[in-house]
Amino acid sequence: MGADKYILRVEDIHKAYGDREVLKGVSFNVRKGETKVFIGPSGTGKSTLLRCINQLTLPDQGRVFLNDEEVTNSGTRINYFRQKIGMVFQNFYLFDHLTAVRNVEVALLKVKKMDAAAAREKALEELRRVGMEDWADHYPAELSGGQAQRVSIARALAMDPDVILFDEPTSALDPELTREVLEVMKNLARQGMTMLVVTHEMGFALSVANEVLFMEHGKVVERGTPAQLLNDPAFTRTKNFIGKFRDYNEE
Amino acid sequence: MDTFVFLTTILLPALFDGLIVTLELIATAAPFGLLAGIGVAVGRTYGSRWISLPLRGYVAFIKGCPLLLLLFILYFGLPSIGIRLSPFLASVIGFIFCNSAYNSEYIRGALLSVKEGQMIAAQALGMSRWQSIRYIILPQALRRAIPGMTNEFIYLIKYSSLAFMITAVELTGAGKLVATKYFLFNETFVVIAIVYLFLVTVTTVAANMLEKKFAVPT
Repeated sequence: MGADKYILRVEDIHKAYGDREVLKGVSFNVRKGETKVFIGPSGTGKSTLLRCINQLTLPDQGRVFLNDEEVTNSGTRINYFRQKIGMVFQNFYLFDHLTAVRNVEVALLKVKKMDAAAAREKALEELRRVGMEDWADHYPAELSGGQAQRVSIARALAMDPDVILFDEPTSALDPELTREVLEVMKNLARQGMTMLVVTHEMGFALSVANEVLFMEHGKVVERGTPAQLLNDPAFTRTKNFIGKFRDYNEE
Repeated sequence: MDTFVFLTTILLPALFDGLIVTLELIATAAPFGLLAGIGVAVGRTYGSRWISLPLRGYVAFIKGCPLLLLLFILYFGLPSIGIRLSPFLASVIGFIFCNSAYNSEYIRGALLSVKEGQMIAAQALGMSRWQSIRYIILPQALRRAIPGMTNEFIYLIKYSSLAFMITAVELTGAGKLVATKYFLFNETFVVIAIVYLFLVTVTTVAANMLEKKFAVPT
């Protein structure tokens, strides 16, 4: 696959809940190794968009392609695509009855059918990658929010996904814990992981993203590189939005 | 007759034979009651209408039908349509119906109490719905259902005595036969009560150990 080829294509996604249109035709393409960050006011469909990509939410209209294979309407093959499209959730959703290492290895064993020793080794390796190896035998309830989120990132990484979707990964965390999770995510971006991130962390968006997409009312209103969004006078709404955060965050 | 002689040479040997039958009844019925209970609970919680509705009817029927009546139907009623069951088999089948219906309610409650995010996260990893239930949801639900299912197991120990009503000579039945023959009711029934108490106590202790073993920090 050429470097300029798209790893993920999202075409014209629509989703409505009853009368309420949450997504009104969202399209974008992602190259390997890119980090795209979705920002915008709450309730504008950003999380729904991510869930439409791995079909946890079924879009009413529109198509998603991973490596030119259609993810939408793929029947039971969706379970294959979901292995290739990792997901990290706002509330971690670690499996409560499994220790950290078993959280990471359970899908390797049951979905990828790896043998026990190889799965364990891989799980520990991924925990090491997020700095959680020493916590391998702890249960989710024994972890801080930041630690739990790092384990959930390791769990997504273990499947060797082509792309990882981050759905507000730090929104449930205090600033201290947010930092440790963002640090892990920055490293992943640097290592060339392809990532789609919904977040309110403007600092992260501006420093890590290849492209920032500003969404409002179910549509991508403005999009561009962080430099464009900050310097180009055309991006008024994004700047306005970021400005509001700046007022709060600048010390 | 000397009470001691009665106990050691007549009552206890008879009760021992009965106890063996009681234990066989329980040991045969309980595993199937558990498995069927899981199946009914999963079917009702995650199955389509065509699965969940009949299962709902099954549970409603069993809950509404006295177990003794169910045993009578199985043992005395079925031969009229050509199905002859031994007293033991009819009892076991009746117990499985009863045990599974009640277990399924405990398990169903526990399944519903597992947070929605667990299923979402499992599916996001590429697990099928069945794999998600099997490896993520059920292990959590069964842990929470242990106290309820223990209760049901204790009931099973005690309602196994109903087998005597369809001529399976289990613990209570064996005692009743001896008591009637020797006219020593109090002695006999007190000993039987102690045996049941012992079985229930062992069950309670074992269930506590099981609960501890599978406990997860919360």
